[in-house]
Amino acid sequence: MVGQESAETLVKAIQDPSWFVQYSWLIALLPAISAALTLFLGRRTPGKGSVYGIAAVGAAFVLSLGVLWTFVGGERGFYEASIPWFQIGQLHMEVGVYIDGLTAVMFVVVTSISLCVHVYSLGYMKGDVRFTWFYVVLSLFTSAMLVVVLANNLFQLLVGWEVMGVCSYLLIGHWWEDPVNSGSAIKAFITTRIGDVPFMFGIFVLVFITGFTTSNIPAIGEIISGGGASVALVSAAALLLFGGTIGKSAQFPLHVWLPDAMAGPTPVSALIHAATMVAAGVYLVGRLFIVFLDADPVVLQIVAIVAGITMLGAALMAFTQDDIKRVLAYSTISQLAYMVAGMSMGPAGRTGAFFHLFTHAFFKALLFLGSGAVIHAVHSNNMSEMGGLRKYLPITFWTFLIGSLALSGVPPLAGFWSKDELLVVANHEGHPVLFVVLLLTALLTAFYMTRAVLMTFFGDYRGHGEPHEAPRTMTGVLIALASVTVVAGLVGSPQLGAVFGKWVFFEELEEALFVPWIAVVSTLAAVLGILIGYTLYKEYRAPDPLTRLGGAYGLVSNKFYLDDIYWKGIIQPTRDTLSAGVYWTNQHILDAEVNGAAKLAVVFGRGVRWFDDHVIDGIVNGMANIAGFTGGLLRYIQSGNVQRYAAFLFTGVVVLAIIFTRI
Amino acid sequence: MIRLPLVLFLSATLFATGVYGVLARRNAVLVLMSIELMLNAVNINLIAFSQHLQDITGQVFALFVITVAAAEVGIGLAIVILIYRNRETINVDEVNLLKW
Repeated sequence: MVGQESAETLVKAIQDPSWFVQYSWLIALLPAISAALTLFLGRRTPGKGSVYGIAAVGAAFVLSLGVLWTFVGGERGFYEASIPWFQIGQLHMEVGVYIDGLTAVMFVVVTSISLCVHVYSLGYMKGDVRFTWFYVVLSLFTSAMLVVVLANNLFQLLVGWEVMGVCSYLLIGHWWEDPVNSGSAIKAFITTRIGDVPFMFGIFVLVFITGFTTSNIPAIGEIISGGGASVALVSAAALLLFGGTIGKSAQFPLHVWLPDAMAGPTPVSALIHAATMVAAGVYLVGRLFIVFLDADPVVLQIVAIVAGITMLGAALMAFTQDDIKRVLAYSTISQLAYMVAGMSMGPAGRTGAFFHLFTHAFFKALLFLGSGAVIHAVHSNNMSEMGGLRKYLPITFWTFLIGSLALSGVPPLAGFWSKDELLVVANHEGHPVLFVVLLLTALLTAFYMTRAVLMTFFGDYRGHGEPHEAPRTMTGVLIALASVTVVAGLVGSPQLGAVFGKWVFFEELEEALFVPWIAVVSTLAAVLGILIGYTLYKEYRAPDPLTRLGGAYGLVSNKFYLDDIYWKGIIQPTRDTLSAGVYWTNQHILDAEVNGAAKLAVVFGRGVRWFDDHVIDGIVNGMANIAGFTGGLLRYIQSGNVQRYAAFLFTGVVVLAIIFTRI
Repeated sequence: MIRLPLVLFLSATLFATGVYGVLARRNAVLVLMSIELMLNAVNINLIAFSQHLQDITGQVFALFVITVAAAEVGIGLAIVILIYRNRETINVDEVNLLKW
């Protein structure tokens, strides 16, 4: 039904772009302006500057809907516009926008979640010491993410990518007075940076492929699909770019930063470390998908293996967490791996991955904001100090439950449809191992979410004080997100025509399949996970039931000792051996050189000074003395006698007259 | 018609007399008068050549010189009077304060 439109008609520039598409750069600019306004005027504005961010992001959200409307209206092409930035030799740099269905969907995801978080933070961050600063960075982050989404060239994308990294660092360390928080911020920044280095080299390889003429993404795509680069080069570029994804999207082995990033305020965790920024790595793979498709097949296998390890490992680690935000953080890592796994399965998987990114953004933001409401109520992150909260926080409970069911993949909520699509693609494209891993992860996901819900909302309250429902700005956002979570999956539902696949596709439309037995199996996996969770946690007692597993529990709760391996294997040797050695070299060799040079300079300086005092000054003073002496002789001409002057004058006239008459 | 060389000789004699007066006389009034002699020697030259060359320009210049000379003498005598009031003398060799 949809496959009849041929590829040629699809990858064309939009003929008559609407106003929203032409001015889509405003979407990224508005939050940047609000960041500047909040920074300079925020403290003097009523509401401490939050109005700028909410207004700007709200406007950007409306514009995003306008852009998406073009694609809802049946448009399948793209719109590209740019202005030159600067030129180095042959290399033309530009600033531009590239709008297609994927960009439009990402616009809506980023601006809507950002708007929710901006509003939610009114309640959550009320009375915070750095409230205005929080909104500045929140707006700046939104702008940077939108720059990444609409970039039509790699350098612009990199700029947005790095600004996001800085904002993430600033927000994780928002309460930097506690060294744990600032340590987490540094860990997150450095770990993602390790991924950014290969990412940058990947960009260089791609620019090299163009002969150092451009970093334009469609142009690079044309060169690669036209066979203008060797497979080895393209494979190298793909692997290096995937390094950036591993760092930003917290994939194994660089996933360690994301759980620690939960040290930041909860709205930040929802926006940056669940819904948007961490999805940028997935977006990168999808945007440069041609590089991965035309690379050696081994590259996509590596991507699939990394994703498989990450999704299972992270899901297991979520079992042993007591901190509710860390459960969600490991869940995020696992779900991001779901998307990365989708990417490894070709164009159909790419659409599925973006569909999962789309639905995940809403229900994961909902879960994080719900956990924020819980933390706001009980003043603790630990689920062992919660329990029975459904009586105290009814709105939070129901919305959190909807989010959990969506994440677990219970039909007809959002998560079911996107997980189902990925499973169908895995089955259809012949990835049996990945299929099993995806299914197993779905089961584990349902289990740990059940555990989290039961420990938080059921049983008896184990904390202190009287918990109270969150303010209306927070619950309102929860209700809005929960309603979106209920319906968001329907845009990709095969029964309803799978419109999502018509917005986000790679070169040609894919037919959305609905395989009944897969839907049944995935639902069964979810239900099984929920049942196991219910049996184990329906009445929670202090030692976690899973501790009976002994050694295995220890292995998982210590995060597979990965942090310890990094600490003992990389950080400590670097710090104790390399740094100490460097310090010694610095103190004894470099400093000796510097000191020796300084002493030499002092001796030389003394010589120069003597020369200066005696020779240079001697010459200068000598000149002055000569001038003074001759002047002393000459002054006797100045006799004061007018007649003598007149005599000189007449003599001069006579002499001149003689000279001139001779000539 | 007086011959030109004779007139020039008269003028040169007057000028030389003026130069002598300016350089050798001590009395400031006499110095001023000597300057007047020199100016009039020039005037004679101008008129002689004007007559000789049948060109009125020389006479015009002579008139200018006479005017300037009148002004010069006025200022000069005023200065002499002031010097006399201050120094009780008008001998130019005694007015030599502005020296090394």
